[in-house]
Amino acid sequence: MELILEGVFTAFRLIFSGDADVWAITWLSFTVSGAATLIALILGIPLGIMLAMTRFAGRGIAVALVNTGMGLPPVVVGLFISIMLWRSGPLGFLNLIYSPTAMVIAQVVIAFPIVAGLTMAAFQTLNPRLRLQLLGIGASKLQLLWLLCKEARLPLLAAVMAGFGGVISEVGSVLMVGGNIKGQTRVLTTATVLETSMGNFGTAIALGLILLTLSFAVNFALTRIQQREQIRWPRPS
Amino acid sequence: MAEALLTLEDIFVQYGELPVLQVPSLEVHAGEVLAVIGPNGAGKSTLLRVMGLLEQPIRGRVIFQGQEATRENALNLRRRMASVFQEPLLLNASVYENAALGLRLRGLDRRTTEQRVRPWLERLGIVHLADRPARSLSGGEAQRTSLVRALALNPDLLLLDEPFSALDPPTREGLLLDLETILQETKITTVFVTHERSEASILGDSVAVLIGGRFRQVGPSVEVFTQPVNEEVARFVGVETKLSGVVETATAGLARVRFNGGEAEVVGDFRPGERVLLCLRPEDITLSLRETEGLRSSARNRLAGAVVKVTPWGSHFRVVVDCDGSRLVALITRPSFTDLGLAEAKPVVASFKATAVHVIRLR
Repeated sequence: MELILEGVFTAFRLIFSGDADVWAITWLSFTVSGAATLIALILGIPLGIMLAMTRFAGRGIAVALVNTGMGLPPVVVGLFISIMLWRSGPLGFLNLIYSPTAMVIAQVVIAFPIVAGLTMAAFQTLNPRLRLQLLGIGASKLQLLWLLCKEARLPLLAAVMAGFGGVISEVGSVLMVGGNIKGQTRVLTTATVLETSMGNFGTAIALGLILLTLSFAVNFALTRIQQREQIRWPRPS
Repeated sequence: MAEALLTLEDIFVQYGELPVLQVPSLEVHAGEVLAVIGPNGAGKSTLLRVMGLLEQPIRGRVIFQGQEATRENALNLRRRMASVFQEPLLLNASVYENAALGLRLRGLDRRTTEQRVRPWLERLGIVHLADRPARSLSGGEAQRTSLVRALALNPDLLLLDEPFSALDPPTREGLLLDLETILQETKITTVFVTHERSEASILGDSVAVLIGGRFRQVGPSVEVFTQPVNEEVARFVGVETKLSGVVETATAGLARVRFNGGEAEVVGDFRPGERVLLCLRPEDITLSLRETEGLRSSARNRLAGAVVKVTPWGSHFRVVVDCDGSRLVALITRPSFTDLGLAEAKPVVASFKATAVHVIRLR
């Protein structure tokens, strides 16, 4: 009990004293996972739309792969990306192993199937005839896509949240491809693991709280956007 | 006749191995309301999608306002049309935003859009719902919104795909009458697809009967309903009494046909021995009791029979009469039903004019 209290105390001291190391770690966590989520959205939304709206040979396999990818274990991704980026590996010449870029790449691999899968599900909930109706009142192809995205905005934002939530909280792949190097690739999750293993529970609890707060803040902002218009709906008569 | 607004040439559509639409040619003229009727699965919706440039046929040409539709000009041509489907298919937004969508897609500014949408919201009686979320509307209100969305575009061609079939009868009737007035006033060229022949006869100037992906008959509404070209069309346009028989004697313009259970005089030039099908609409058959038979002199043909079944039919009664093996279906008014005291097994005389019989030559 004493341990926990001391930990919480340390946590508050670290958070409110503006410890430079802690803020650097938090900032890196946010930027790495934020960038990874953004890239995953850019790749995953079009793929999800394509899987939901078109029929092509091999679509079934593609859907199964995406669905499997939604539950990809981060350590497997870490292993794979490590091998690829290893100095002697196929992409070793890029010199990316143990860099934030490597961490972004690994997290894109984790978030991309989540975004694609949830986007596909979001578009599949739309009435397939809506597409014809929108074209039938004069929408261009681009306007059609925009309107469909707008129509599926609630589940699409859920895809964003799930993607970000998946990568901000994972430790396996960032540890393996980033190396948890202090001041370079140390993020909230890897730092928490390290501090705990060293018995520095106070610092670990502080990092854990910050991680929770960060995750909450991002999700809260997205939820506000998502639920905004639903709140002022009158009761159906 | 003037040049067609829309022409289909040699259209062929198939899904997998199944041909769903084969139209050698069809013309829709400016200002006309063409009602396309046919059973479910006849290819009606496919036809409308092809006309609306929403589906590419396997082969064939769609020519709209003198321009053949291509991949390049499709959007441009499509923006002079508007489609309304069976389901209202509204976006998750307010009624006004939905109604204004088509104009916004064409890049009109907010003020012009408002000026064009408001009158239509008023015309269809939903202006008070403008700010309501579309999801909270009833089926009829939603379909009215969908109609405003199409009409506000002032389209050169309006395509309606069974717009009333998902509505309950009172809602459907209200909307049908509103649309009838609107189409008469605006003269918007319309292609209207339905499986309800009553809707087709109310709205359509011309009627096209589509069965199994092919047009069986296209012509003025009255002609298609009273003079179907074959038995299939006859069944679909509501000819309930069909008597197949053989021409016995024929004089100039008049023939006597013998069928199972009786004889009838019909109008037309036929040869003795010819096999024919006599078609009678239920409203053209009158019923009388045997005693008063002689009073009805204007009806040339009389068949004695017995009532088999009586069903209330809207404001009328539908009476099935068996005349020695031939079944006749008559539609009679409530007063005459009461006067005649009709009941099952009651003997009656069914009569009809020679001119009311539409004769189809069999082979």
